[in-house]
This record gives sequence, C-alpha cells and structure tokens, in this order.
Amino acid sequence: MNVKVLVLCLMPCLMLSLQAVAQGFAGLGTAAGDFSNPLRGRVLQFPADHGAHPDFRIEWWYLTANMTGPDGTPYGLQWTLFRSALAPEEGAGWASPQLWMGHAAVTTRDAHFVAERLARGGIGQAGVTAAPFNAWIDDWAMAGPDFGNLRLTAAGAEFAFDVDLRAQGPLVLHGDAGYSVKSAAGQASHYYSQPFYALSGQLTLPSGDVAVTGQAWLDREWSSQPLAQDQTGWDWFSLSFDSGDKMMGFVLRGGQDYTSATWIAADGAVSALPDGAFSAVPLARSRVAGRDVPTTWGLRLPARGVDVTVTALNTQAWMATSVPYWEGPVVVSGSHTGVGYLEMTGYDD
Amino acid sequence: MRRAVLSALLAHWRHNLLQLFTLLAGLALGTALWSGVQAINAEARASYDAAAATLDEGRLAQITGREGAVISQATYVALRRAGWAVSPVIEGDLGGVRLVGIEPLTAPRGVGPVSAVGDLTGFLGGVRQIFARADTLARLPAMAVRAVVSPSIAPNTAITDIGVAQGLLGRAGQIDRLLVAPVQPLNRAPLAQIAPDLVLVAPQTGSDVARLTDSFHLNLTAFGLLSFAVGLFIVHGAIGLAFEQRRAMVRTLRALGAPLRSVIWVMVGELVVLALLGGAVGVALGYGVAAALLPDVAATLRGLYGADVSGQLALRPVWWLSGMAIAVLGTGVAGAGALWSLARMPLLAAAQPQAGLVARGARGLAVTAAVLLALSGGLAVWGQGLIAGFAMLGALLIGGALAFPPMLAVVLGIGAARARGPVAQWFWADTRQQLPGLSLALMALLLAMAANVGVSTMVSSFRLTFTGFLDQRLASELYVSAVDAGQAAQIVGMADARVAAVLPVLEVERVVAGVAGGVPAQIYGARDHATYRDNWQFLQAVPQVWDVLARGGGVLVNEQLYRRAGLELGAMVGVAPGVSLPVLGIYGDYGNPVGQVILTETVFVAQFPDVVALRFGLRMDAGDVAGVRASLRDLGVAGGAMIDQAAIKAVSLAVFDRTFVVTTALNILTLAVAGFAILMSLLTLAAMRLPQLAPVWALGLTRRRLAALDLARTVMLAAGVAVLALPLGLALAWALLAVVNVEAFGWRLPMYLFPLDYLRLGGLALIAAGLAALWPAWRLARVPPAQLLGVFRHER
Amino acid sequence: MLLRLRDVKKTYGAETPVLRGVSFDMNAGEMLALTGESGSGKSTLLHLIGGLDTADAGVVAVQGTDLTGLDDAGRAGLRRGTVGVIFQQFNLIPSLNVAANIAFQARLAGRFDPMFADDLAQRLGLRDHLHKYPEHLSGGQQQRVAIARTLAPRPALVLADEPTGNLDEATADTVFALLCDLVADTGAGLVLVTHSERLAARMGRRLHLRAGLLT
Repeated sequence: MNVKVLVLCLMPCLMLSLQAVAQGFAGLGTAAGDFSNPLRGRVLQFPADHGAHPDFRIEWWYLTANMTGPDGTPYGLQWTLFRSALAPEEGAGWASPQLWMGHAAVTTRDAHFVAERLARGGIGQAGVTAAPFNAWIDDWAMAGPDFGNLRLTAAGAEFAFDVDLRAQGPLVLHGDAGYSVKSAAGQASHYYSQPFYALSGQLTLPSGDVAVTGQAWLDREWSSQPLAQDQTGWDWFSLSFDSGDKMMGFVLRGGQDYTSATWIAADGAVSALPDGAFSAVPLARSRVAGRDVPTTWGLRLPARGVDVTVTALNTQAWMATSVPYWEGPVVVSGSHTGVGYLEMTGYDD
Repeated sequence: MRRAVLSALLAHWRHNLLQLFTLLAGLALGTALWSGVQAINAEARASYDAAAATLDEGRLAQITGREGAVISQATYVALRRAGWAVSPVIEGDLGGVRLVGIEPLTAPRGVGPVSAVGDLTGFLGGVRQIFARADTLARLPAMAVRAVVSPSIAPNTAITDIGVAQGLLGRAGQIDRLLVAPVQPLNRAPLAQIAPDLVLVAPQTGSDVARLTDSFHLNLTAFGLLSFAVGLFIVHGAIGLAFEQRRAMVRTLRALGAPLRSVIWVMVGELVVLALLGGAVGVALGYGVAAALLPDVAATLRGLYGADVSGQLALRPVWWLSGMAIAVLGTGVAGAGALWSLARMPLLAAAQPQAGLVARGARGLAVTAAVLLALSGGLAVWGQGLIAGFAMLGALLIGGALAFPPMLAVVLGIGAARARGPVAQWFWADTRQQLPGLSLALMALLLAMAANVGVSTMVSSFRLTFTGFLDQRLASELYVSAVDAGQAAQIVGMADARVAAVLPVLEVERVVAGVAGGVPAQIYGARDHATYRDNWQFLQAVPQVWDVLARGGGVLVNEQLYRRAGLELGAMVGVAPGVSLPVLGIYGDYGNPVGQVILTETVFVAQFPDVVALRFGLRMDAGDVAGVRASLRDLGVAGGAMIDQAAIKAVSLAVFDRTFVVTTALNILTLAVAGFAILMSLLTLAAMRLPQLAPVWALGLTRRRLAALDLARTVMLAAGVAVLALPLGLALAWALLAVVNVEAFGWRLPMYLFPLDYLRLGGLALIAAGLAALWPAWRLARVPPAQLLGVFRHER
Repeated sequence: MLLRLRDVKKTYGAETPVLRGVSFDMNAGEMLALTGESGSGKSTLLHLIGGLDTADAGVVAVQGTDLTGLDDAGRAGLRRGTVGVIFQQFNLIPSLNVAANIAFQARLAGRFDPMFADDLAQRLGLRDHLHKYPEHLSGGQQQRVAIARTLAPRPALVLADEPTGNLDEATADTVFALLCDLVADTGAGLVLVTHSERLAARMGRRLHLRAGLLT
C-alpha cells in the first residue's frame, strides 16, 4: 500500500461537472436582469469596443478560417474566446464573476480536433485588452499591435496552430450599425465582423506540421439576452465567394424562424437584409455524435441572386465541449462558388 | 361481458380484504426490498466512488514548492499561460477543521465527487458556499459563507472555492500545490524554465484502496441481485395464491358462459394494475427504508427520486423503472404460470389429488435443482470471466432454493417413518402435505438467510482483511516524504533523536528476471525491525522467515507476482544482474496491480547503491506524533507530506462501520420480509387446512394442541431452512470472494468464518418464522367448534 | 347408564334456538335412531353428545360424566377414548394412509390393538387398501375406513351422522349393515342420525326431533 495514496483519503477534492460549468454559458435565453442591454443607435467605438464588456452577460471573439496546404488540401480552423458573467461587474482576484471559455479546433476532410479551456477572470489567466489588442486564455492568444495585425495561437493534446492574420478590408457592422436584431420580439446584440483577414502560418497535426494560407473571418458579438425564450438554436453561415463578395446569414429557430443577413461586397460596402430576405433549408442530414444534424443546406438570398448549396467539408465537425455544437468549414456551389463556415447550435439533444 | 366478469372477480377482493392486502403487501415488500437495497447500494457506491475519486488524485502528478514553500498565484497563472494544465489547491487549518480550497474550472475532470457541489453559479456567484459534513460545519467558526451539508466529504474536512479559502486562511495570493491534469497540450514550456523553484512529483502507481473498494462495490451489487431474487419469490408467492384461491370462481364463471379469453384478459389487466400499485408503494417504501437507514443521505436520495440536483437526474428513470420492473416482472412470471394453468384447467375438474401433487412437484423441482447445481459446479470449475462467475452464483442460489422442498420432503418422509406416536406420525405426514403451499415462502426465507450468511461473511471477511492489511502496511505512527535527499537527511537527523525508529522506504522499479522471462516489479528494501516481524502476515512462508530474510537469504514477494509468475516458495528470483534469491514468503497485497519484491535493507543497498530513501516511517508513542509533526514542519516539510496513521485508519474504518450498520439493518429487513411471506402463506393455508384439521380435532386433539403443533411446525421448518442456508450462504460467500473477485480483479480475498454471527442469524430466522406463525396459531386456537364442524356439514 | 340428557338447550348466535330442552336416557349397547327434518337440531344434538360442542344449558352425561363441566381438554379426552364419531364425509385424515387412519384414534386413546385393527380391516374389506391414501378410495371405502377407525379404540358410544348419506343405495346398505354388525359385536351403543326411514327402522329405538324438541 502506498502511503501517499492513503493520505489522499483525508484530502477530498471536488470537481464541478462540466455540465454545471456550461450553465453559465448556456443561459442565453434567460432574463437579462441587472445586465446592460444592447441599445439601437449606440455608436461602436474602436479600438475600445474590441475589448471586453463585463456589464453584458455574454460576449465572444470568434474566428474561423478556410485554408489550404501546399498541395491544395483544404483545412478549417476555429479559435473562440467566450466570456460569461455571473454578475454585471468586474471584480479583483478570485472574486471576479467573469468566467472565460476557449474553444479551438482544426478540421480536415477526415478529422476534427477540438480543445477547450476554462478560466476565472480577475487573476490574469484569461482576458481581453483593446489596445494593443490581446485576447487570451492560458497559452492561447489572439494578439497584435492592432486589430488588423494579429498572431493567433492555440494548442490541444493532439494539435496546435500558430498563424498570422492581416486585415485586407474594413470592419463590417451588422444590422443597424452593429445593432443586430435576433428575434421578432426585439432581442438583439452588438455585432461586428472583420471578414477580410488574409491568413498564413502553420498547423501542427498528428501527421506532422503543415504550412497553410487562407482567409479568416472574425466575429465580435456581445449581449445579455440574445435569444427569445422560444428560440431553440441557430444556424449561422459565413461565406466568402470566389468573386470576392461575402455574406453572413443566420436562422434563429423557434416558434417562428427569424432570419437575418449581411451582404458584404468585395470593396467592403455593406448592406443589411431584413427578416425573411434570407432562407436556409436543410438538404441532407448526417449522424453526428448520436444526433441527426443537417450538413448540406440550400441557401437563397434572392435580393442578390444567391441560390447555392452549402456542403460540410467534414460532416463530423462536432464540438464535444461543455456546450456542444457543430462548427466546421463548408464548400459553396451553385449560383456562387466559394468557401465558408457553418455553425449550428441547439442540436445537442 | 367483460364488465360482468370484472365485477365478479373484483367482488372476490371485496369479500377478502385480507387477501387483497397480503397480495399488495407482498408485491410492495418485494419491490421495497429491491429498491431499498438499490438505494443503499447507490449510496454506498457514491461514498466509495468519492473515496476512489479522491484517490484518483494520487494518480495525478503534482507540482509543489521545494521544501514545502508556498506557490504564488502569479506563478500559477504563468504556468497556465505557458500551457500547463494545472489546478491550484490551498489547504489550512480553520478552527481545527481542515479547509481545502479548490478551483473548479481547472480541476482535472473526474477528481472528487461531482455531487458535492450543486451548480457553478452557487459555488462561484453571490454568497460563496462551503461544503462539509454536518458535524464538521458545526465546528467551523461563523463566517460570511453559505454552509452546504455534503456527506460525501471526508470527516473534519471542508471544501470551498480557493478564493474563499485564501481569504479565510489569511493567505491571499498563495497556493500550496498544483494538480497536474493527465492530458497536457502540445508545445508546453519546460517547468524549469517557467518556475525553477517548483518540483514535479510523479503520480503514484496503482491505487490500492480504490481497487479494494471496487471489489466491495461488486459484492454489494451481488447483494442487490440477491434481494431481487428474494423479492421475486415473494411476489411469485403472492400472485400464485391469489390465483389459486379464485380457481373455483373462474370455473363457475366459465360454466356460466364467460369465454376463457375474456376471463384471462380481465385477470391480466387486474394483475397489471395490482403490480403497478404494489410496485409504486414498494418503491416509495424502499425510499423510506433507505432514508431511515441512512438519514444523512436523504438529500442524495431526494436527488435520485427527482429533485433538481444537477448531474443526477439521469438516474431517476432507471431508479423507478428498476423498482417497477421487479413488481411487473415478478407478477408477470407468477401470473404467466398461473394463467397458463387456469387456461388449461378443465371446466369440471375434480379437486387435485394432493399427495400425488406433492410427489410430482417434488420430482420436478429436484430435477431442476440438480441441473442448476450441476451447472453451477461446472461453471465454478470451467467457467471463465465475470459473467460466468455471476451465472454460477445465480445457478447456485436458485438451485439451492429449489432443492430445498424435495430435500425437505425426503427428511419429512424419514421423520414420518420413524415417528412413534400417532400425533407425531400425523404431524410429519401433515407437514409434508403442507409443503407445496409453504415451499415458496420457505425458499424465500432460505434465500434471505443464505444471502445474509453470504453477505455478512463477505463483509466481515473484507473488514478483517482490510484492517489486518492496514495494520500491516501502516504500522508506523507517522509517515513523512522528503522532497529531496537533503531534506531526507535533515528529517533522519531530527527524527533519530526523537522517535523510537526511523524506517526508510527504499524502492526501485526493475524487471525481475528469471521468472517467465522477466516481470516488471517494485523492489523494496526493508530494515530488519520488529515493526515488520510483529505486523506482517503471510499467505505462505518458510519457518523463521524474517531471520532468513535479514541474513539476505531470500526475498518476499506479493500475491500478484506469485500468481503472475507462478512462483512457489524456494523459487529463485533474479533481482539484479547475477543476483538470484529464493522466495521465502508470499504476502497478500490487496488491490495493488503491480508485483512486489522485498529484500532486506543491506542487500538492497548493496545492489542499488544509488537509491536514496525519500520516504520514512517513524515509530513513536502515539502521544509524540503532534510534537514530531511540528518539528518536521519547522524543517520545511509540507503538511501534505506527513501522514498520520491513526487518522487514515479512522477514516477507513468509519467507511466500513457505516457499511456494517447498513448491512445489519438489511439483514433484519430481509428476514422480516421473508417472515411476512411465511405469515401470508400460513394465513392463506389456514382456510384451506380446516378440512385437514377438523377430523383430527374430532378424534380428540384440542385446538390449543393443534395450534401448538402448527407453531412448532413452522419453527421446525425454519430450523430446516437455517440448516440448509448455512452451507448455501457459505458457498455464496466463497463464490463472491474466491470466484467473482478473482474473475473481476485477479486476486482472492481470504474467507473467514463467524460461527457466532451465523448462530445469531439462525436465531433471528427462527424468531421471524415463529412470529409469523404466532397469529395464525392463535387464530386456530380460537376457531369456533362450529366452524370446524362446518367442514363435515358442507360440500366444498 | 351410557348416556343421560336432561333439558339440553343450544342456540347459535342470536338466532332461534336449535335445541329447546331435550332429555332422554340410553343404556349401554343400545342402538338408537335420531330422525327429524333438516334443521331440526339432530346434528347439533349429536355434536353435543360427542363433546364436539357445548350445550348452553342442561346436562349431557356420558357414562355418568357431565360433559358441560369439562374443559376443552376434557372433551378432547372423551372424544379420544369414549365416544367415536362417523360423519357423512371428510372423516379421514388426508395426510395419513388407510392403516394409519384406522390406528390413529386407538393410538391416541392408548388402546391400540393391532390384532383387533387387523380384524376390523379384514371384516370391512380394507386389507388390500391399507397403504392407500384417502383420496384414492371410493366413498364407500372411505366410510369403511372411518368405521374401522371409530371402532378400533373400542368406544362405549358410537355416533354416526348420516354415515351413508353420500353413498349410492347399494353401497349404503352394505356399509350400514357392516356398521351395525360391528357395533353390535363390540357391544357399543350407537346413535344414528339419519333421514332415512328405512335405516331408522333397523334401529332398536327411535327418537324424532322437531324444532328442537323430542316428539
């Protein structure tokens, strides 16, 4: 008998279930309470708004990238930092009610690598500063002298990446100057993107290192109650067409679906499209982690002549994290061709 | 039509409320026994899991400051930011209570009981929470935290968030140690580069106690299955009687033109309703029983039964379903047989000739029992794997139970043949005739008793083994681990003057040569000291084993190595190149998966001169422990590096004692339920027996005498049950310890016998049976003569 | 005097009295028929004489012993040795075979005479059935066993309650004849409760009960 083992009888330790941790992040549909609410007409200030908004319940820095290796092999990459507040304030040290969660993933045609990190605010383990820009959790970071020049790193047990991002166009404000309505009842978030990053760098995979180049899309969003009570999840698309045009579109599923889209011309000109202008219809489903998830979609944006089929590069891009969801690169065909990213939430039961 | 049939069948219950009650009570008790055992089992599992989970922490590497120095919070953040998946822990004393602060977001998955903390918002948001047992909470000073009772936490320990703990201990920004997650990300910077003053302590290999409790776990599961079997017998008995009693009515209904199909469907429906009703009551009763037995786990149970406790909701349907399943399954099995015989019953059947029925039934049972027992024996000899082990257990028990009535019939036949007086002769013959009506209840009693003998033997053997093992391995009053050789020297220097003996733990891992081409094993060097001579027990050993060992004349090996390498006493073991020594003794090493070899210290030092002892056992008077601890702390030894043997034993034994309380209570409960089954059978038989008793009474036996004979008969049958239950229960214990355990874990628990316990158990069984027979006997003693005379007057 | 009844009364519960004052005497060896309508109280009277039940008032004395003064054990002792009862049916102990049934009462009384039992079995034609159980016997055979069992302890008084009521006429006649012959041979008194005029006519004396009174 190992004496050292026995001493641990006296030293119980406990662990919260990750499910419990997820509560903090999954309470999207609950009342905003004392938290601030997005205001229509609030003018976003940069670089300050690149930083955290601790008085809002939920916030994210969400980067996805479509890349190719030297031989043309397609890859997808995700780097996300979520902030979730238990109370609408910042506090010092362990007393901080801010919780941070990082997700990183690399997707190939036949593999999907995922890592997750959790951290408390207030002690320096995770956070975001606006200028110089730095968003970090543990050893993962998205940082640079300014928002247009960033280095992005993350590592899991089986994979890592280290890539540079150079903005090739302006920031894009969704909805009404960055005020993005999420339901007919008026739920909304502040939402802007930088969809014009050119990416270059290196992936580390079990099969070895791969040099990659491609394009990345960063979403910034914060809110306190982005979903209405009856909304069960969303399907979100970011597409980069070969023509240089881009579009963002989402469907919030609920009693009545709510859609929204943004058309981003190659020159950066932005037009927001109202509820109903955009439609997305599942065309095929795949069995993913014990669920049926739509992995081929028919998208239509008649106002811009878009009628395309969006197909997952790898149908098994399931994020088996505390809050599970599907997130992966897609290929676009039809009236327009190109690549993009698809995120689907609310398929976890 | 169906309505008419239904009302006729239901009318039976209205006029026989007692029967309805016994049927429902039988169903409910069978279910309650099962679900109560399940509830307690779940609780036992939870507490063992908690122990195992905390032990799992021993499988984790840890990072500590050199010489017990504290770690700054900045260093923790720096390590995290360098990619180290580590989680901070702070420990300290708060009003005599050991306070542990943890960080829930980074704590490695699977460390500690999840149920201890409800939800994250409660733990981290608003007023912070502190978790401990109720008695521990009562000893804590008043603080601005919310106290949460959590029985799964070790005694005298409180757990809270690290931020709260730092505040309460007045140690802001300080951390005592870091738990290192088993899976680490790529590209992590080396520890020496980030924090050169910290040391990485490798994880412990093999978690002995966890494995030992795993075994216990399995045995409790077996107890659950046994209680299921007892419950099944009782439910079966209740249903069978309910059908038997209504045969005549069914015959009449059919004679009046009700189609058989309608009658059967109505009865099936009635059965389902009864099963659900009885099952629901039973599950609730089981909950009550479990809650009464373990008041401090009522909260956990409420979670199991449906309250909103995060992470446990998934258990709820399983819980209810398993309880209802036994009711419906038991009803189904019993009902199918009864309905089958009902469907095949000729419309105008004469009463079944009873004696013939006895003979035929006994023969059928005997054949089935023989087949099952043979199967069990075959599985014991040739079976492989855990499933075979459990199948063997099941066949043994059911076979044993089924063998009882035929065996009893033979015994009663012999008794009848040897009986001298007419009353004795009648007594034996009449007992034999009653056998079919009583055999189900007797089999239930047999199973209950066998289960009790088996389980109490198992639990007690387990306890003896475990405490003996603790005494053997934890003989020293205090254990201390040094960080490095320097500290080790300091410790020895200080301790030599203060304690009776310093016993270094010298260890090296090597492939032991010469046996089956080489087996990896831990090699220990033991100092020749009375501590070992007095406390160690051997499975096998040569004479004067310690003297021979001290001369360097051989080695000791543990049971695992002995079994794996097929060693015998005297076999040569190559411990180092060119050094082979004979096996002098084999010792039990419960739970440890790794082979071990023990050399005497001089031989060890000669063979492995580079190995420095970093761990020491210190022998001293129990009263000196506190002072020596303080001195060690002054040398910079961290609190976690000192282990107080008495405290470890106390915690381990506390876990066992709780199990004993529960096991004892369950024993009594099982017997009570079996006693109730006997009561039910006797009450039912009472009405049917009047025609058998009336002639004897008319011929000159008083009612009182008849009642006394009935009472004696039941006690005699119970004694017969006890006599058979003992070997069956011991066989069961043997199967659990020597077959199932070996299949599951690869080592065998020694079996001890506890004759006094068995005697007490037998006494309890006789009392239970006697109590059950008391009321029917009393009723018989008071039966009005007119009722007896009625037998001669009426057609049946 | 074998049997003496004086003003015997019996009521069950709150109902109308079953026996409203019955008195008669009977000598040793006498054979007496007790007749009456259904419900006239004949079986009740027989049960009182047999010590199977107790009278509410009056005297029931067998061989000079007043049964009303006896406790349960005393009446059981009477049933064992002095009085034998043969019922219409369900006479026999189902768990014992024919031989054991025949011997049972005599052995209870401590007066078992194997020669005599064997003789009874012979005369009743039961020799070939001694190892059978009651359920394997015909009704007539069962009553023969009951007769043998009742006579084996040589009781002073035999009580028979419709002993042939369940048997067909031919069998009934045979069994009845055997009963009368054997009782006569042992010198016991016999009280026969019967509906049958034909059987009653064969008894030496006849009492008729109507509504709880002798007429």
